[in-house]
Amino acid sequence: MKLRRSMLFVPGDAAGMVSTSFVFKPDTIMFDLEDAVSPREKDSARLLVYQALRHPAYRDIETAVRINELDTEYGPKDLEMAVRGGADLIRLPKTETAADIELLDRHITRIEQACGRPIGQTRVIAAIESASGVVNAVSITRASPRMIAVALAGFDYLVDMQSERSGGSEPELFYARAAVLHAARAAGIGAYDVAYGDVNDIGGFLREVMIAKNLGFNGKSLIHPRQIQPLHKAYAPTRQELAYARRVIEAAEKAKREGLGVTSLDGKMIDPPVIAHAELVIRRAEAA
Amino acid sequence: MTELVEELARQVPDLRKLQAFAGAAAHTPYLADPQAKLHRKLCVSLEDAIRRSGLRDGMTISFHHAFREGDKVINQVVNKLAEMGFKDLTLATSSLLNCHDPLVEHFKSGVITQVYTSGLRGKIGEAISRGVLPRPVQIHSHGGRVNLLQSGELKIDVAFLGVSCCDEFGNASGSQGKLICGALGYAKVDAQYARSVVLLTAELVPFPNHPASISQDQVDLIVHLDDVGDPTLISKGAARTTKNPRELLIASLAADVVEHSGHFRDGFSMQTGSGASSIAATRFLGEKMAETGITASFALGGITGGIAELHAKGLIKTVIDVQSFDSDAAESLRLGQAHIEISANEYANPTSKGAYVDRIDVVILAALEIDLGFNVNVITGSDGVLRGASGGHCDVAAAANLAIVVAPLVRGRLPTVVSKVTTVVTPGESIGVLVTDQGIAVNSKHPELAKRLLDAGLPVVGIEELHRRAIALTGEPEPLKFLDRIVGLIRYRDGTVIDVVRQVDERE
Amino acid sequence: MEIVKNAIAGTLESSDVLVKVSPSQDGTVTLHIQSEVIKQFGKQIRATVMQTLEALSVSAATIVVSDKGALDCVIRARVQAAVLRAADAQDLDWNVL
Repeated sequence: MKLRRSMLFVPGDAAGMVSTSFVFKPDTIMFDLEDAVSPREKDSARLLVYQALRHPAYRDIETAVRINELDTEYGPKDLEMAVRGGADLIRLPKTETAADIELLDRHITRIEQACGRPIGQTRVIAAIESASGVVNAVSITRASPRMIAVALAGFDYLVDMQSERSGGSEPELFYARAAVLHAARAAGIGAYDVAYGDVNDIGGFLREVMIAKNLGFNGKSLIHPRQIQPLHKAYAPTRQELAYARRVIEAAEKAKREGLGVTSLDGKMIDPPVIAHAELVIRRAEAA
Repeated sequence: MTELVEELARQVPDLRKLQAFAGAAAHTPYLADPQAKLHRKLCVSLEDAIRRSGLRDGMTISFHHAFREGDKVINQVVNKLAEMGFKDLTLATSSLLNCHDPLVEHFKSGVITQVYTSGLRGKIGEAISRGVLPRPVQIHSHGGRVNLLQSGELKIDVAFLGVSCCDEFGNASGSQGKLICGALGYAKVDAQYARSVVLLTAELVPFPNHPASISQDQVDLIVHLDDVGDPTLISKGAARTTKNPRELLIASLAADVVEHSGHFRDGFSMQTGSGASSIAATRFLGEKMAETGITASFALGGITGGIAELHAKGLIKTVIDVQSFDSDAAESLRLGQAHIEISANEYANPTSKGAYVDRIDVVILAALEIDLGFNVNVITGSDGVLRGASGGHCDVAAAANLAIVVAPLVRGRLPTVVSKVTTVVTPGESIGVLVTDQGIAVNSKHPELAKRLLDAGLPVVGIEELHRRAIALTGEPEPLKFLDRIVGLIRYRDGTVIDVVRQVDERE
Repeated sequence: MEIVKNAIAGTLESSDVLVKVSPSQDGTVTLHIQSEVIKQFGKQIRATVMQTLEALSVSAATIVVSDKGALDCVIRARVQAAVLRAADAQDLDWNVL
């Protein structure tokens, strides 16, 4: 599975940022046509993002587009542009039900066919931003083979819940995080944690990163390049974790060479999930 | 007495020029006058000082730039000289900044007809690039300026030196008083070489003033001026570490390069420039030093508050200061805890008997442009107009063990990496590494360094690849058009001409 | 495409370009360019704007471009946006962008 720790939001109408964000090398760049762009500029932003998607500078980075909801005048046009432009991922905001994803899937298929893009190549991230979305997470994550991840959007969700951020261990987000994470794991896809709004507070950002990482989130939505390095570092294994992972892989390879089914290391059984985790640890270390 | 001298001359003919004693104060008449003895150097006004200095048309005047953008000395003095009708003067400043824009009028009117400086910006740079001076401007490095003084090419007739405080005999400092600028490294040299030295002081203090950067034995005249400088512009605090994520990215990579350069050992020595990425790199390097327990034996410069902070934390043992870039650095100098002031001669002059730059392990420098041969331009903008400073760039790059240039690969639509720089200030052979936000290039002179950085996981790609990436983004720029006329000479630190600057061609 | 009204797109922020499109006075394309990098990239900016207009089949318009060091892809996008606004066009032919 591709490492998806950092998803950097880039406002779709900010020419300077769109022209330069690739230098920060997040795992994914997400061009935002929704909340970051005023209604008057949605058409212009759409055209700017189209140029960026097709630009060689973004060829080696995974690109995502947050389209407007499909029932707005903008959403369908955004989708048309994004699929034709070659975006790797479509992020659907305010996903409430599986039907929302099914509808999106049908539209993407239609556009892929019309423009000659391999059917199924465009993948989807569902953003869950409400109580309904959380409650329907299990069916949302299974709604389409295009789904590669689900993202929890904290601000809108808390507004819907009539709650607010309280800092510390953030109990107000616990259920949503747990629900979204379980739904993601049950469907075999990734999960992104909420964005952290105070770009000057890296300490607070890292505290939140550790909460999400310990729960099992693959990564986080980021709103500023400054958050990328600290996030990657937090997800990087410690020296001990890396050393152990290497020993696991070694032991597994040794067992394979000797024709053994499973083996053990330090008294613990090395079975496929343990090996897969060790591989993830090594990949995270290499990418840090 | 006369007979004695005559007899001496008969016996030892080549001593005939010696004169006979004619009274204790014969050659120092001021000693006979109690007022003059103590107060003879004080002038009642700038005009008074100028008259007494012996300045004539066609002579050379000098200034230093330690008051940075808050300097008011140069404009005041030259305005007064213009008022008094002086013409055809050579202006020799250690550098010129935006606040000196008013000098353009005096170029146009012929008060100043030749300029020696290490840097020029704003309207001065534009005017000279458009041919306002009858002779090319001579652009030298900080070390190179001292060389020109020592070789005799540059002869300062009158040095007008702004100082924060001095006593009536001329013991002067930039680190005491209300209008502190910090180290007077450039002024010290002028005080030594100028025929007549005039101090313009913000404050007159009781004799004897100490510690003194300029000693009474070099000073002729003193004027107490109300307006030596603007405190809000001189006394700016240390530049806060940039928040610009690209500058931080470059800085972080630069610190990584230092870490893996092979020079990052306990007791290493360092220098960093005053650009945003350099200042940020200082901070990242400081973090690595704190983590590893490696301390620097000294830092040299051009000292910023960032360096002063690492010094205060015990990470840099000694700070060697030729110019204080901000009030934090100046304050650290004033406290004098292993923070010492040096002259430009001690700093970077290649012909001095010992230049601190020779002892530098790593230096982090900026660049406007750098080409496929690693030659660096820090003096002409992308439009060919003079806009920058040679400063200490080529001095420290030539001498340091490793010179690292930091720059964004592209500035807006302008590529930093070009096939050939508009103007060469520092030759490529002096540059070891280029660090950009889109990759690192190592000079092929250092194959082991390239391997070390690659092994450390750093994005080393080569200068041709960086150039390709830059042009892929911006497109290939049209070559700049110049007229034949040379309006500037770039003097390498040894006095040789390394490049010229021509007049910009403004025709459509 | 026919330019029927005045429209602008883009901004004067660094790395962006402000494009003003208005109906032509004389049935041709008139293009004025202001740029910080006019010496080095004036020709290329002109070429990019003209190519974009041609791809959109615009043969008559008055264009004023205030460039702040925008890359070609940004210029293209802003010209397209301004033209579509000035032509009151609703549908996009993706093949010409």
